[in-house]
Amino acid sequence: MTTAQQGPKGWDRNQMAARAARELQDGTYVNLGIGIPTLVPNFIPEGVEVTLQSENGMLGMGPFPVEGEEDADLINAGKQTITELPNTAYFDSAFSFGMIRGGKIAMAILGAMEVDENGDLANWMIPGKLVKGMGGAMDLVAGVGRVVVVMDHTNKHGDSKLLKTCTLPLTGKAVVDRVITNLGVLDVVEGGLKIVETADGVSEQDLRNATEATIVS
Amino acid sequence: MKKVYGSAKEALDGIVHDDMLIAAGGFGLCGIPELLIDALVESGVKGLTVASNNAGVDDFGLGKLLATRQIKKMMSSYVGENAEFMRQYLSGELELEFNPQGTLAERMRAGGAGIPGFYTKTGVGTVIADGKDVKSWDGQDYILEEGIFADISIVKAWKADETGNAIFRKTARNFNPPAAMCGKICIMEVEEIVPVGSLDPDAIHLPGVYVHRIIQGTHEKRIEQRTTRPAA
Repeated sequence: MTTAQQGPKGWDRNQMAARAARELQDGTYVNLGIGIPTLVPNFIPEGVEVTLQSENGMLGMGPFPVEGEEDADLINAGKQTITELPNTAYFDSAFSFGMIRGGKIAMAILGAMEVDENGDLANWMIPGKLVKGMGGAMDLVAGVGRVVVVMDHTNKHGDSKLLKTCTLPLTGKAVVDRVITNLGVLDVVEGGLKIVETADGVSEQDLRNATEATIVS
Repeated sequence: MKKVYGSAKEALDGIVHDDMLIAAGGFGLCGIPELLIDALVESGVKGLTVASNNAGVDDFGLGKLLATRQIKKMMSSYVGENAEFMRQYLSGELELEFNPQGTLAERMRAGGAGIPGFYTKTGVGTVIADGKDVKSWDGQDYILEEGIFADISIVKAWKADETGNAIFRKTARNFNPPAAMCGKICIMEVEEIVPVGSLDPDAIHLPGVYVHRIIQGTHEKRIEQRTTRPAA
């Protein structure tokens, strides 16, 4: 029914993650959310060194272990088994969120259910349906230097996830800086969203057609 | 000053009562006080309020206390892995107070540090801020969150000496130190109790002043999401 459903698909999950990886600044400390953001470390550009923070109490998160090396005491915030690196440091949860709330983490790359043109973010619950909780997302969006959202541009019904106003309970108000979707990259600016680039095979018009939020030029 | 007890059941003797507030360490199933949870199930204590980041899974960790309906209210940040929890909550049998994860950790730390309240920007403009005092510094709003003062703390460490000086292992540290701090009485289960003098004083993560009762036991240490990469 909407044009979005017939529109171009743009980037796949890996391409979105690769685009998000280009946001990483050399020498920074970064937190990655669950979902597509967990693919980002596979695409860190040559010459860029980042230290990944896992909010359950670790800086310097390494890759998944090989089979047989899993350690029940070493998991990431998605509860997946991981490994440590030579520069790893461990700490408790209060300390961990101290560095998040205190602005020491440069950037968070997170998934979302909805983002609106004011930079409001909803990614933690659907009333009456899905009650999982915000985990560390509210602390992250309030505390880190820059918030980049990676998500599909539309939901499974073809409706825009980039809205004029979020309909779901918020994770944070005016917290999103940039959104990377399968159709392109948009920044939250005064008055709405600004198109930074479009995905392969996606025109600016395709992107506008699939977006409910105000696009400013 | 005897802190070492023979079993989780003995360590809980005389300090557990209905309707009490318990702070529990652990993140997911990592670093949870699994032996003390089992002993609480066995004790039959009811009407518990439990401050814990997660609620275990259906058949392990705090999920066991949910299955027996011994928990009245959870204070948590994420409960997504527990079907029975979801059922009890959606049917109104269980109260749930969502706390942002960092706010929950800081509320425990603050309680243990004698701080009844603190202001944070986490949750400003969300339902978390509803009914909470707001103050502004330099044009930024902050909401008042209260310290948690628990009746007891149940935590898990890797090693402790007989005076309770404790060391945690890797990410199993998580909520255990702040949870330990905020309880009037803290019961700690460890994988190994070592003689006083055998731990490096510079390497202690939690000083024994916060720990009142210690037990040693065997832990299942279940892995929630076993994830691997192909061998090179």
